Amino acid sequence: MKEDYLNQIHRCFRCGYCKFPSDFSDWNCPSYRRFRFDTYSTGGRLWLIRAWLNNEISWTEHLAEILYACPTCRNCVEQCPMGFSADITDWIVNARGEMVERGLVLPAIRDFLDNVRKHGNPWGKARSKRGAWTENVGVNKYKPRDEYLFYVGCIASYDERVQEAAKSFARLLNDAGVKFGILGEEEECDGNEVYMLGEKGLFQMLAEKNIKKFKELNVEKVVTFSPHAFNIMKNEYPKLGGNFKVIHYTELLLDLIQKGKIKLSEFKTKITYHDPCFLGRYNKMYDVPREILRSIPGVELVEMSRNRENSFCCGGGSGNFCTDLLGGSEESPNRVRVKEAYNTGAKILAVACPSCMTMLEDGLKEEELEEKITVKDISEIVEASSKK
Amino acid sequence: MVELKLNFDESKCLRCKTYDCLVKCQFLGLDREKAKVEMEKIIKGEDSSVLNDCITCYACEEYCKFGNHPFYLIVERQEAKGILPAPKPIIKQWVQMGELTKKEKEFEVKPLKEPVVSLCFIPALQPLIQGKLFEGVSTICGRHIFCNVVYLHFARSSVIKERIPIIVENIAKYKIKELICYHDECYGLFKSLAPAYGIDVPFKPTHLFEYLYNKLKENEDKIRPLNIKVAYQRSCSSRLTPEKEHFVDDIFNLIGVKRVEREYDRENSLCCAGIIRLHGNYELYNDLQKRNVEDMKKFGVEYCVFNCPYCYMFLSERVSKNGIKPIMMSEICRLALGEKPVRWV
Amino acid sequence: MGEEIYQALAGIVGKEYVSNRPEELYFYAHDPGLMEPHQPDYVVMPKTTEEVQKIVKLANEKKIPVVPKGGGLALTGLVIPLRGGILIDLKRMDRILEVNEKSRYVVIEAGVTQGKLKAYLEKYYPHLRHSIPDSPPIATIAGNVLIHGQGRLTQQYGYNSDMVTGFEVVLPTGEVCKIGSCSISPYWISRGPLPDLAGLFLGWFGTTGIVTKLGLKLYPRKKLRDVEIFVVENEELVPDVLFRVTHTEMAEDINIWAQPYPLIFRGNHHITIYITGDTDEELEFKRKMIWDALQDYIKNREGGFMALTPDIKPTFLDMPQKSVTRFADVKRGGGFEYSGPFIPVEKYPQAYRKLVETASKYKTTFSSMARVIGRSHCMMFAFAFPFNRADPDDMERVRKAIHECNEAALKMGAIPWKAEVPLQKMVLEKMDPNTRKLIEGIKKLLDPNGIMNPGNWEWSD
Repeated sequence: MKEDYLNQIHRCFRCGYCKFPSDFSDWNCPSYRRFRFDTYSTGGRLWLIRAWLNNEISWTEHLAEILYACPTCRNCVEQCPMGFSADITDWIVNARGEMVERGLVLPAIRDFLDNVRKHGNPWGKARSKRGAWTENVGVNKYKPRDEYLFYVGCIASYDERVQEAAKSFARLLNDAGVKFGILGEEEECDGNEVYMLGEKGLFQMLAEKNIKKFKELNVEKVVTFSPHAFNIMKNEYPKLGGNFKVIHYTELLLDLIQKGKIKLSEFKTKITYHDPCFLGRYNKMYDVPREILRSIPGVELVEMSRNRENSFCCGGGSGNFCTDLLGGSEESPNRVRVKEAYNTGAKILAVACPSCMTMLEDGLKEEELEEKITVKDISEIVEASSKK
Repeated sequence: MVELKLNFDESKCLRCKTYDCLVKCQFLGLDREKAKVEMEKIIKGEDSSVLNDCITCYACEEYCKFGNHPFYLIVERQEAKGILPAPKPIIKQWVQMGELTKKEKEFEVKPLKEPVVSLCFIPALQPLIQGKLFEGVSTICGRHIFCNVVYLHFARSSVIKERIPIIVENIAKYKIKELICYHDECYGLFKSLAPAYGIDVPFKPTHLFEYLYNKLKENEDKIRPLNIKVAYQRSCSSRLTPEKEHFVDDIFNLIGVKRVEREYDRENSLCCAGIIRLHGNYELYNDLQKRNVEDMKKFGVEYCVFNCPYCYMFLSERVSKNGIKPIMMSEICRLALGEKPVRWV
Repeated sequence: MGEEIYQALAGIVGKEYVSNRPEELYFYAHDPGLMEPHQPDYVVMPKTTEEVQKIVKLANEKKIPVVPKGGGLALTGLVIPLRGGILIDLKRMDRILEVNEKSRYVVIEAGVTQGKLKAYLEKYYPHLRHSIPDSPPIATIAGNVLIHGQGRLTQQYGYNSDMVTGFEVVLPTGEVCKIGSCSISPYWISRGPLPDLAGLFLGWFGTTGIVTKLGLKLYPRKKLRDVEIFVVENEELVPDVLFRVTHTEMAEDINIWAQPYPLIFRGNHHITIYITGDTDEELEFKRKMIWDALQDYIKNREGGFMALTPDIKPTFLDMPQKSVTRFADVKRGGGFEYSGPFIPVEKYPQAYRKLVETASKYKTTFSSMARVIGRSHCMMFAFAFPFNRADPDDMERVRKAIHECNEAALKMGAIPWKAEVPLQKMVLEKMDPNTRKLIEGIKKLLDPNGIMNPGNWEWSD
């Protein structure tokens, strides 16, 4: 409710802790890093929201840019020393909701939301093609006797590169004898980005459609490819009656490895792992992906200096993987992050998130580091190790 | 408000043959004759060197064969004579720490599903309430249920007497049949201090160790014996309820832990000395802690198992520095069930 | 003219790093304290000294005010552009240029933050440290030294401004000037024994030029650090306690705080004494010296050392201490401000009583936070009040409380620190007229067009 956060938002002291990781070694707020005006940090954003809602300043496109340039990575939630820290991203999301309600959004955001509403994905691609990536992969539609509904998500369904990672995961499940299926063209967008962009009405519609579909099919367990879907289905769907056992795909992979259903051979290389925000800071899952990588013989796991709760966001959250409000500069977070990965000496930058994959691959291209380090999804790394 | 009176029977002291309370004291150095003289002075309310020299380790409560509460009497006499075991600002700080705010006085009684574990006023304990042993428990924690026993260290019987009826009443409002006391001193309040002042406790206080033992028995098939040697740090408050001590050995036997028979254990336990530091006696604090830890070290123990969270907080740093791992009792029980201990303070 | 200046600034720093948009103008018009906002006309973020120089030359030519800004955390409105103009956010100039390990100094750009330097030294030079204050880590090193800030090493080595070994400065007329040994040598080891020109910039609130680089002394970082808190009830005892502890020369930092909430702390004065050492033996020796120095107080029960258990201690050992920033949320109001004059240590009881009296008069809560400077040569005593940003009445009462404390401080012979403009005027009023004339003269000489942070250190008869 507007009153709830409006009554609190004045508590921001603009102390600036939100700009940093725990050791203050660098800028850890992606939008502040990109633009460097204090207005683009969380403190700036909160002060401006308050000023706008109190009619001290008027809405402009620049205000909307500032508000939407935040990828809701939760570094500020992690670092803010004040008692209200847990509420910060909610305040930003609510303020966005205010803009949406008043019809005051940026064209890129408007297009994102319209496409999701009409076509079930932010690019406006054909709904009928959502399951097309499964051709020749041995992935079937979900049947009630399947153990898992494999929820693929928009990026893995439509982005060619990410589709390769989804295929790796599907093949691993097939080889391990796991009974699973997907919804294909009947899969609705999970709504995480829509929620973060403040369009709560559209989010509710998407969530309710998914929940209805899952219930019709007697789904009990959902394994999501994206941490974004994992986050929203685990934390928000239950409030709308969607109570399923939701896991991220890395949890299932680790379980299969530990039970010996996926056998790993030597895969000698140096890998660094990028913690995605919606797995890490949002859901405190830092160890599962690392345990997978450590269990592969020959893998040397090296950490970037900003890791776990201090991970530097790739900049893809809040739909930025599509709207690209943080792009266009060598200070763009994805470019900064790939340089950090490269500096570890790793040959592979491991990801567990489709959004991170697209953002970091773009970053590598822009930094001309493609020959030096590659981005690989954890499923691809596991498949590569299991094939030998 | 009726002033609470200590259940002290001077005739028991006068016919005592041993005066163990003062003779066995690790600090006073009194023989039986001197002990008799001093005890008589204390009973009569006269000046006694004991009142100034007592370091408030609670041991005489255990040594007294009659259960006649010599320590509680000493504390009353100290306060009556204005003797300050600790500096005034420190006493002030601790007394203020336990004062209920307006909001706390009007606390909301949330219905609780039993079993209920009391964490006293030590929120730092909350992360330890996890795992199989604590499945399905509710916890209560806050100043409104703070046991207030610590004021025995500050010659503040008056504060204890003022507050403990309220504390007991606050807990009674939850209408629970049984309260599991994580904090040994809370158990001491309900089983020793409150009865000593004639306060009825309308629920069954159960010591954490009894609870843990019973839960371990339920899960006996899941126990993987640890086969390690440990030192046990007995808290001062253990002296108030020595009858429950057997649970320590019962638990250790169940989980495959050998409690080394060191010099400063059981009836000869040394206080963690945290309070002594607060009193301002740095030399004695240092000496006691050094002796205590050296005594652990010479047995090559892997862990020092703590009963009391404050003993843990005051002694764990020195224990760690000497290559011994500090651990709370509930945590070593969890370890025996194959669970990972919490990275605690 | 507006568009012409905008384009000129864009030509200097690039379009991405200049703004005249309402959002930036709104935000940079404020600081987190209680002073009235004033909007700049432009906000620019230069990357190099050359860019700063070009901006200043432009401003001089067009007679536009210029306000240099670091973290903006003085809380007394020192970087609020009182007469509009160009606000220069220096935080893009954030390079650490050189660490000379053997001579223990670092050379940095003006935008380097406290946090960045701390992290850098911990990673690359773990046996060196700087004197870090408790302001949030976004505060810049330059901003802090330029207002004579203090930090964890002030009790041992003086103000953070004393630790400056040199400057690179852009004068108001656009020349770039080197101050200190760096003006004749590649080493930034010392300000002297040349004429000490650093004093032309320290404490002037940016009215005499813009510091673009500085040299700063570094000090040994010991492996271990610990803290003791000595508590007394009677404020009259505090000066003697401090005299005794500083005599031992064992302490790293000494802070004193007193506050009515939470209740556990009410009515006591907490003397927080930090010690460092490379070994347990060193630490224990220092601890013993300090305990011995205070034995009389312990024996007569007037003072004692608090229990600092492992769950509480990290709060005090944190650098910077987050609990200082959290004071802003005491009223769930997002703000605090303080009057922090330098007083003789013997004035502590008087200052404390004034604080209690003022808080009661204006019906607000308070905290006193003080830091010993040097060997008890003086102390910074903060009359600190939290306020609720959403309650104008509360803000006004706190403003009045601070003003009253400022007045009382001046009366007791205190020297205001980082004074807000109204307090600056009170200081100038009280000042020796020849001293005041000298200040005016220097400002006029260096800044003939009066463009540098105008409104500050201004006097009219």
